[in-house]
Amino acid sequence: MTAPTGITRVTLLKDLRLEWRSKDAINSMLFFSLLVVVVFSFSFDPSAEESRQIAGGLIWVAFLFAAVVALNQTWARELRNQVLDAYRVSPAPANSLFIAKTLGNFIFVTVLEALMTPLFVVFYRLRALGPAWQLLLVAVLGTWALVVNGTFFAAMSLRTRSREIMLPLLLFPISIPALLAMVQSTTAILNGEGARFWIVLLVTYDLVFTTVCLLLFETVLNAE
Amino acid sequence: MRKAFPILGVLTAILLSYALYMALVGAPTERTMGDVQRIFYYHVPSAWTAFILFFINFGASVLYLIKRNPAADIVALVSAEVGVVFCTVVLVTGPIWARPVWGIWWTWDMRLTSTLVLWLIYVSYLFLRRFSSSGQTPLLAAALAVLGALCVPFVYFSIWFFRTQHPQPVMGGGGSIDPRMLHVLLINWLAFSCFAFLVCWSRYRLEKLQRDVDHAHALESLLAPRGSVR
Repeated sequence: MTAPTGITRVTLLKDLRLEWRSKDAINSMLFFSLLVVVVFSFSFDPSAEESRQIAGGLIWVAFLFAAVVALNQTWARELRNQVLDAYRVSPAPANSLFIAKTLGNFIFVTVLEALMTPLFVVFYRLRALGPAWQLLLVAVLGTWALVVNGTFFAAMSLRTRSREIMLPLLLFPISIPALLAMVQSTTAILNGEGARFWIVLLVTYDLVFTTVCLLLFETVLNAE
Repeated sequence: MRKAFPILGVLTAILLSYALYMALVGAPTERTMGDVQRIFYYHVPSAWTAFILFFINFGASVLYLIKRNPAADIVALVSAEVGVVFCTVVLVTGPIWARPVWGIWWTWDMRLTSTLVLWLIYVSYLFLRRFSSSGQTPLLAAALAVLGALCVPFVYFSIWFFRTQHPQPVMGGGGSIDPRMLHVLLINWLAFSCFAFLVCWSRYRLEKLQRDVDHAHALESLLAPRGSVR
């Protein structure tokens, strides 16, 4: 099972299995998200009309913070058990590990989003005026943008002091175009306006940054 | 090369003084804004210098990724540091200019927002440099610089569209410029570029010395007979 896809599948399944048994990441993400939503509710008490304007931003801020929680623990297990050293010594391609980790994070954050979205709909009395399937597309593209950069920066932050704070410090500025696109497209779809530009921007962003992260990950892994 | 530095320093000082005089006294007073407009001669050249320095950072980072040349790494570090300083000048002089002219310190218009995001990206680069404790910091920083530089077109494009959808008055917008003002602007830009070059050069030498000292210390610890290392 030395083919790259084999390695990816094995690593991904291992991570999913471990997560399924302990449910560490998903529980902490879920609870954190909930807390963020509750704190937001202290500052905003919007009518249904107003909430359509601000919900896009609130939802993505909550998901962003939750994603950071997931991303921070991405490599923790590997670091504790010297897996990264073993991986570097092995002939396995670094990208397989990267894709497996990114897919794992993507699945965790998507599960979180699926669980939190009904809560948002209820708390803010949301109703999409535009095509709701586009919201799904935005969710997938946006989550991938956060997760691909986040997994990369998490690997970069492994040997820094204050590792946990380093990840958001690096991730947030670079993610700003994607965040703007996510928030604006969600708001546009909720209000029945066109979101095509933002979706195209997200697709371009995802393509460019996935490519660059794949190209540079081997360097980062070996630099570690 | 050593002799060139003080000569260049004196020349730059003369140039900066001349540029300052031209900006504050020599340039014609602007019709609507009056003398407050003169901050323009610091705001715009700082922005251009910062952009050039960030571009140099990108080039040096790519060179480091390809060739692992330590000099390229120092150039990347130096250009990022000095670039952030000039970008800070832009972000501070902007509001100072905006307040008397438009009555507000800040607005989330296209140009201001993009400059702020650019600043954030390069400050995060400097954070990585500061906090990374591995010997491979240059490689990690170079990777981050490449990602950051690639992000810049996305930043401009997305904020441009955002502000096209939700228009706000453009601050310090285009329009033609009086040739005498353009002349003063270019003189100031030349003076700032020379100054930036001097600071970068000085910082480069400082960083190179620091690394040589660290290297010598490390070598000494490695080669010293056992028991005599403090």
